[in-house]
Amino acid sequence: MRLRTTAAIAAGKGTRLLSRLRGGGSALPGLVTERIDPAVLRHTLGSLPRGVVVVSGTNGKTTTTKMLVALLRAHGLRVFTNPTGSNFTRGVISSMLGEVGLRGRLAADVAVVELDEAHALHFVAQVPPTHALLLNVARDQLDRFAEIDHTAGLLTRLGEATTTGVVLNADDSFISRIRDHLQPGVQVRWFGVDPTIADRLPELQEADVRFADAGERPVLGAEDGLLLPGEDGSSVTVRFPGGADVGPVTLRQRGLAAMINATAATTTARALLGPDFSAATAAAALEAVNPPFGRGEVIDAGGTPLELVLVKNPAGFTVALGTYGGEPAATMIAINDNYADGRDVSWLYDVSFGSLRERGVALTSGVRAWDMALRLRYDGVEVGEVETDLDLALDRFLAVHAGHPARIFCTYTAMMHLRRRLADRFGLARFGEDPAA
Amino acid sequence: MSDLPTGGLPGDVAALADVPADKGEVHLVHLYPREMSIYGDLGNTRCLAARLRWHGYTPVVHDHHPGAPWPSRADLLLGGGGQDSGQVRVQDDLAEHADRLRGLAADGVPMLMICGMYQLLGEAFITVDGRRLPGLGVLDVTTRGNATRMIGPVLLDTDFGPVVGYENHSGSTVLGEGQQPFGRVRHGMGNNGADGTEGARTGNVVGSYLHGPVLPANPGLADGLLAVAARRATGEWAPAEVDDSLAHEAHQRQVRRLLGR
Ligand SMILES: [Zn+2]
Repeated sequence: MRLRTTAAIAAGKGTRLLSRLRGGGSALPGLVTERIDPAVLRHTLGSLPRGVVVVSGTNGKTTTTKMLVALLRAHGLRVFTNPTGSNFTRGVISSMLGEVGLRGRLAADVAVVELDEAHALHFVAQVPPTHALLLNVARDQLDRFAEIDHTAGLLTRLGEATTTGVVLNADDSFISRIRDHLQPGVQVRWFGVDPTIADRLPELQEADVRFADAGERPVLGAEDGLLLPGEDGSSVTVRFPGGADVGPVTLRQRGLAAMINATAATTTARALLGPDFSAATAAAALEAVNPPFGRGEVIDAGGTPLELVLVKNPAGFTVALGTYGGEPAATMIAINDNYADGRDVSWLYDVSFGSLRERGVALTSGVRAWDMALRLRYDGVEVGEVETDLDLALDRFLAVHAGHPARIFCTYTAMMHLRRRLADRFGLARFGEDPAA
Repeated sequence: MSDLPTGGLPGDVAALADVPADKGEVHLVHLYPREMSIYGDLGNTRCLAARLRWHGYTPVVHDHHPGAPWPSRADLLLGGGGQDSGQVRVQDDLAEHADRLRGLAADGVPMLMICGMYQLLGEAFITVDGRRLPGLGVLDVTTRGNATRMIGPVLLDTDFGPVVGYENHSGSTVLGEGQQPFGRVRHGMGNNGADGTEGARTGNVVGSYLHGPVLPANPGLADGLLAVAARRATGEWAPAEVDDSLAHEAHQRQVRRLLGR
């Protein structure tokens, strides 16, 4: 191990201790470490026996990463992973500092790293991933990343940098076309949905208009994972033509998107584990995974079961409505337009709110509360009240619907604000902490 | 996602109308909803269809896709923003219908063309590497590809009153001599960030960079376009009372916010 890496890790650990004592930010220790040894990631992660797995794509990264980690751990592997939202290189380094020795040895067999499309290439410049799981490409805060085609390009380069194997979405042509850009010898595994539910995909996915032809859907082989939804609509089976089915399992997170994520994670686990993969172990692991923070987390708000649902792009909001919209609950929608929310609210017009028509929306809130109410009017959804102030809106919402199931769809900064307020009032887990898996 | 059906209205939206739909049909044509509607611009079509119904007219929405036959009737045309790949996909079809579109514009058919479609209706687009791609020439504007994007909320003064929206474009557009802008910028960048103009307007054709989408929060602009379309389609514009309190609040709040009051 290089002296420089040791010095960098020591400095980072020191900073980590200090910032912990002050209750401060999570990226600073990583920044300090990276400054001293820019190659620190290569030296620590690069030597893991089972390699480095990168998970990327616009929607479902966090859920899928969590599922993949659970699947691998259930099979006895020691897994290093980065917590949600720390998917810059320095965030990954920061989370590593707690687990790494001064000599740079990480007590892990494999790393599973969730990376934002925009930051993935900084990471792979440091550590070429052995495996990549590429989920989908959708519009996400276009005012920042400008173009879907650009995002597709970033993921293609991530695929190009992968050394051993990729797992690709057969139903998303932005992703499936990446097969033509891989290094020679890199293994391709596919995940996809059964043709009987293919008609539900357009609501989750972006149309790829880059090419005149629709592109041929890859044919799934023996090692590829196929999603079969259960008759009841809540269970899912992942079928490998060349092996035992995983499931049927009932996931703790509802909806088709979560089922697709489970299929992607299971296909990847099987590719990584080879003959060590057990369908029974995988099924048990999937059933035990809790939804990540903000993806259907239910809070006990003084006796009111309150669900916070993060919405950040049209595909995500559409999925969320499909997942939760049918379950009767009082509904509030909070839309902010700060930088982290995406400053352009145009995307609300690419979401259909028809599923809310029957019960209506009790309150709209946030900086763009009036625009949200106006949007709902154009879908014929009744709005009870508009209150731009989040605190006032939350108080009123909880007062009126005390004891009944309630749900708030919210953009990122609105969610952070509401969660902080709820944490103060009802003594929830420390802010930003993931409920235990 | 970008292929939301624009045809027809949800029953409950129609039910919000206090008047019967007995004033006649008005046909809206949305150009390239798949390729050129990436920033919620379908909302403009949705807004016009709903407002027509609320005013007592029967909206008929045609989605026009590349290569498809031209709709039977067009009283108002809409187009939106797309990515570069989307623009490439529609170029042949646009060339195919160039004369027809120029004819409709000259004949006074109202059009609202946002962002990418605004650029395509201009004289030309000059790419970053200097290539000149001719446009339809309906509006006398020339756009140059730009390394930096102009992004952010916008407030304009227009003939339709103040207009709020959101711009997101890398093209920098310059008006030809005598070309009227759509509006004067009070907040934001506009056509090029330099001359205070935004969009272009010739007769009833409006080109603009404003997403938002622009019509729902600017009902005056929406009804301004509908008045022309309805007169052409039915002989008169007889608007009903429409409850625009939400639209006015949304609009006013953005105005106050952008003016810092
Ligand atoms: Zn634009």
